[in-house]
Amino acid sequence: MTDAQLVSSSSDPDSKQDEDLTLLKEVAARTAGISNLEMCIQCGTCGGSCPSAADMDHTPRRLFAMLRAGLREDALKSNTPWICVSCYHCVVRCPQNIHITDVMYTLKGMAIEAKLCQDSTAPDFSQTFIGMVEEFGRSFEMGLASAHYLKHFPLRLPSMLPMGMGMLSKKRMNLTPTRIKHMKQLKAILKRAKELEAVQ
Amino acid sequence: MSDYILYPGCSMETGARAYYDSLKAISKPIGLNLKEIDDWNCCGATEYFGISKTPAYALIARNLALASEQSNGTRSVVAPCSACYLNLAKADYYMREQPKFGRSINEALAAGKLSYTPGSLEIHHLLDVIIYDIGLDVVEKNVVRPLKGLRVVPYLGCMVPRPDYDHRWSDHEFPVELDMLLKTLGAEVVDYPLKTECCGGHMTQISPPTAFEMIRRLIALADEREADVMTTVCPMCQLNIDGYQGEMNHFFGTNYHMPILFFTQLMGLAFGIEPKELGFGLELVSARNVLDAIGVQAPPETPPAPPKRPRKQEGLPMPSPLIKPQVEALKKVVTK
Repeated sequence: MTDAQLVSSSSDPDSKQDEDLTLLKEVAARTAGISNLEMCIQCGTCGGSCPSAADMDHTPRRLFAMLRAGLREDALKSNTPWICVSCYHCVVRCPQNIHITDVMYTLKGMAIEAKLCQDSTAPDFSQTFIGMVEEFGRSFEMGLASAHYLKHFPLRLPSMLPMGMGMLSKKRMNLTPTRIKHMKQLKAILKRAKELEAVQ
Repeated sequence: MSDYILYPGCSMETGARAYYDSLKAISKPIGLNLKEIDDWNCCGATEYFGISKTPAYALIARNLALASEQSNGTRSVVAPCSACYLNLAKADYYMREQPKFGRSINEALAAGKLSYTPGSLEIHHLLDVIIYDIGLDVVEKNVVRPLKGLRVVPYLGCMVPRPDYDHRWSDHEFPVELDMLLKTLGAEVVDYPLKTECCGGHMTQISPPTAFEMIRRLIALADEREADVMTTVCPMCQLNIDGYQGEMNHFFGTNYHMPILFFTQLMGLAFGIEPKELGFGLELVSARNVLDAIGVQAPPETPPAPPKRPRKQEGLPMPSPLIKPQVEALKKVVTK
């Protein structure tokens, strides 16, 4: 969607007269803390500060305009939240103090929920990482890397080999996961947290 | 001695072992007394937030709850890893900023008979503690082997100076704390405008071309400015620049050789501590040039293990390094 299309879709006389802010409000409500998302003035400082904007299909500014316009599917299909590297450059420069990085996290979660991710690499990586943490209480690089690479980057394995061997021979990667003592406690906490998340 | 609760984070025990080793070696001389949180868990890095909010924060808050339970008089938590530091600080901050959110996180913690009062702990990054609590004068007193003539890039990465919820740093984009520390150690600090640019984070796993370009920019500038070594405060930055430098070179057809060390390793070196104790040699892009530059003998390279003869076994020749219940648990996770 281009900027021109965005403008025309919001100024179309046949479209709803009142702005429908349901989507914008939903994203804000699902974001931790006070996101200030509604305060965006479309200045574009975020995209201009972003080190990975070149690989995004929409800049953060445009994505926020899409949320305001209620374009749910287009917004959740966007690769922007997945390309975000969580460097907080935009956050410290935003004149409206919008928690942009956290909004991106919210959009990731909503995209997974709506099954609108265009590429499964990033969501799978997060899921696999979290799967290890939910099982052991600690991250487990060896398991994560092997599961992830085999599924998504089998062709990368040869060029990865020297690094993997280096990490293993220097004992910078464990062959077996470490498990915390009170795994039951952590599981109980996470179970309750998931229930709480569901009723929100 | 100043007492701190230490949250090491997963990578300190694996990928960033050199960071942990060197931290242990320098903490005594500068009077930093660290007590590790018993039974801490992973902070979720940048992965859990994008999956589900409440569980992500509850995971972090368990560490905060354990830290305050075991605090024994001190309120200061120190995290050497940038992502861990940010996540602990972020959870504490949002629980304060939005009391309703804080209550829901505590409701989750209650399922494990834990609770955390937002704002009851102070979350610091290790560099912040060394500069502002311990002080550069104490550091200076310990310098017996100044890093004279060594050109060092002060590379902080993104998550320490930003978003800086509690206003601990001199600037969000060009903080000078690491430069000050390196100068105190006697090093020549390279003017490096990309000092708080991102290393690519988890992009090496998701979108390698994005990550390689970010890594290339950082290394190319360090190389152009004739740095001997880069130094960092973050395990992720170290892994991306050190571990993925080879693959990045392969991707762009370049031939960079830019070592990157943790700032604690350089501190230990200036304090006259043996390189082996400081985790020298664990880097994949060798930093021997650093030792040569200041006239220190490098630790001997660990000889490669002799090739093992295949054992004669009944049945299929499967490797068996994993313990059975863990294999089962792993399978569950991978197939989920």
